[in-house]
Amino acid sequence: MVGPATDRPSGEATYARIVRPLLLPTWLVIGTLLLLPVLLMVVYAFLTKEFRGGVEWKFTLAAFEQFFINRGLFGDEPAQIEWTYINIFWRSIWQAALATLLCLLMGFPAAWYIATRRPETRTIWLFLITIPYWVNLLIRTVSLRFILRDNGPLNEALIAIGIITDPLPILNSNLAVQVGLIYSYLPFMVLPIYAAVERYNFTLSEAAVDLYASRWQTLTEIVIPVVKPGIVAGAILVFIPALGAFLAPDLLGGAKNFMIGSLIDEQFRGSQGNWPFGAAVSVILMTLVLIALLLQARGARRPS
Amino acid sequence: MRRFLAVTAMLTTLSSAALAEGSLKVYHWFEYIPQELVEQFEAETGIDVTIDTFESNEAMLASLKAGKLGEYDVAVPGDYMVQIMRGEGLLDSYKPEEMSNFGKIAPEWLDVPFDPGRQHSIPYQWGSTAFSVNRDVYKGDISTLGIIFNPPDELKGKINVLDSQGEVLALGSLYLGIPQCTNDRAQLKSLNDMLIAAKANWASFGSDTAKDVLVSGDAAAGMIYNGFSAKARAEGANVEYAFPKEGYVVWMDNMVLLKNAPNRANAVKFMNFLLDPKNAAAVTNYAAYNAGVTGAEKFLSESILKSPENNPPKGQKGEFIQACDQETQKLYDAIWTNLKK
Repeated sequence: MVGPATDRPSGEATYARIVRPLLLPTWLVIGTLLLLPVLLMVVYAFLTKEFRGGVEWKFTLAAFEQFFINRGLFGDEPAQIEWTYINIFWRSIWQAALATLLCLLMGFPAAWYIATRRPETRTIWLFLITIPYWVNLLIRTVSLRFILRDNGPLNEALIAIGIITDPLPILNSNLAVQVGLIYSYLPFMVLPIYAAVERYNFTLSEAAVDLYASRWQTLTEIVIPVVKPGIVAGAILVFIPALGAFLAPDLLGGAKNFMIGSLIDEQFRGSQGNWPFGAAVSVILMTLVLIALLLQARGARRPS
Repeated sequence: MRRFLAVTAMLTTLSSAALAEGSLKVYHWFEYIPQELVEQFEAETGIDVTIDTFESNEAMLASLKAGKLGEYDVAVPGDYMVQIMRGEGLLDSYKPEEMSNFGKIAPEWLDVPFDPGRQHSIPYQWGSTAFSVNRDVYKGDISTLGIIFNPPDELKGKINVLDSQGEVLALGSLYLGIPQCTNDRAQLKSLNDMLIAAKANWASFGSDTAKDVLVSGDAAAGMIYNGFSAKARAEGANVEYAFPKEGYVVWMDNMVLLKNAPNRANAVKFMNFLLDPKNAAAVTNYAAYNAGVTGAEKFLSESILKSPENNPPKGQKGEFIQACDQETQKLYDAIWTNLKK
């Protein structure tokens, strides 16, 4: 303690006088651009659909009923569980989870490699990772179409070196969607893992080897637990946008089957707009994501 | 009084005249009217024209219903949307005597189902929706919708269909010969089953990409708008646009007089101006569809006049997409979801 503390305002008062006003813009932005829209979305999910777009201000559960309950094409069969939309969710979740796993398998070694270079070279590698982000996602996705198509460079190269004789029908398949998702979101996996590995204390690995740990044990019992926050952050950053992606399914998958993103899109932009249903699907998606994040947060807090 | 008239005349000729003659607010699609034509109208009448754009019929409807009615004088809805707007009381009506060019409306576009006798709207441009086939890949007969819904082996797995419920279901109904808005269970079931079976032969759904996939060769056949197909041909693809014998979808964009138009008189002047065959042809030369105005042909550029996509064979009938009632529409929405689930 230097000087008479009573001369200065206490920490509490300083906070109230200086920090709170400074936080105001942040709260304003979060309030008007995040909380308000989410609130609107939740309210709309419970409103009545107006024929041909728009809503009527009458509260109803119709949108959620449409999602979960199937009464047949003509609406007069006994109520059953509606699998249509659950399957669409399942398809999206599966695609996103697979993309996350594959991004992890590719991203972890890449991040490890970058983090173990000399500091000057690391910057170059990171720079190279971020270069594709200078180009708009839509353009990158359309470009992938050109590469993957039947008479595109990939198939022509494979034919030229004699691996295949007929072009592989990659475009408009789930494989193409997967390629698109991985390509779009891989850097989101690499960067957080890199940040975690960079802080990793390599003497820990040396200690493990000294104590006769195998390479596998060192990886699974020392390295991964330590860099786990980076892996989790990367997984979240890949999984969540991949879950709502609709550019890759539309442009690379041929839009043959709805994904969560395109299902929501259709409710607002399609000719027979159903705004409350679109809002309800968004609410269900957001709830699932929140549950996943909560589980992750609880897992992170638990002492290991 | 004479002096007043003289002053007005002077103002019209001398000033920028926007003040004297007022303004006109147009609610239009993006890039659907040549700027020179708007400037010509402004110069001729002294009316100051402002154009706002929308991106879909539904977006325009939503925006007008959400409070923009009373702000615009005219809008350009598609056929079925005219009917919907009429039903919702969003349109004002005019008398044929108000427009000296009313008689120029081509007779076949005068008594249209969405605006019988043309009380609220005038034709703007019309076109058709059917499909095109790459003639390098398939050389057989393409005069049937079976090319899309029950394709020959050469085209299986190489078909793009529009990612648009209205067009796909309407063409499917034409193929089966059933009405567009039916409550008949057997008919709806057959439409549903036919589409699901056909989907196995389709490569992709895409509306914005409909032209590109034909040009690039990703698709060998595809549902497409006639203007798009003409562009694909112009870009070097060996595609032929088909007018199938079961029928094809016809659409027409129309300029409507909106209810509570702030400048109703100017709106009527503008509509009359667009019915002048020369001006209608200017729009067609720009947009590459068809004018619904008699006498426009002689002002059309050669390429548009002779375009095979713009000239349906005689006797082959196009059908407008119909606006079903709410209960019926639900069934069609369910079929579409079922197709894409």
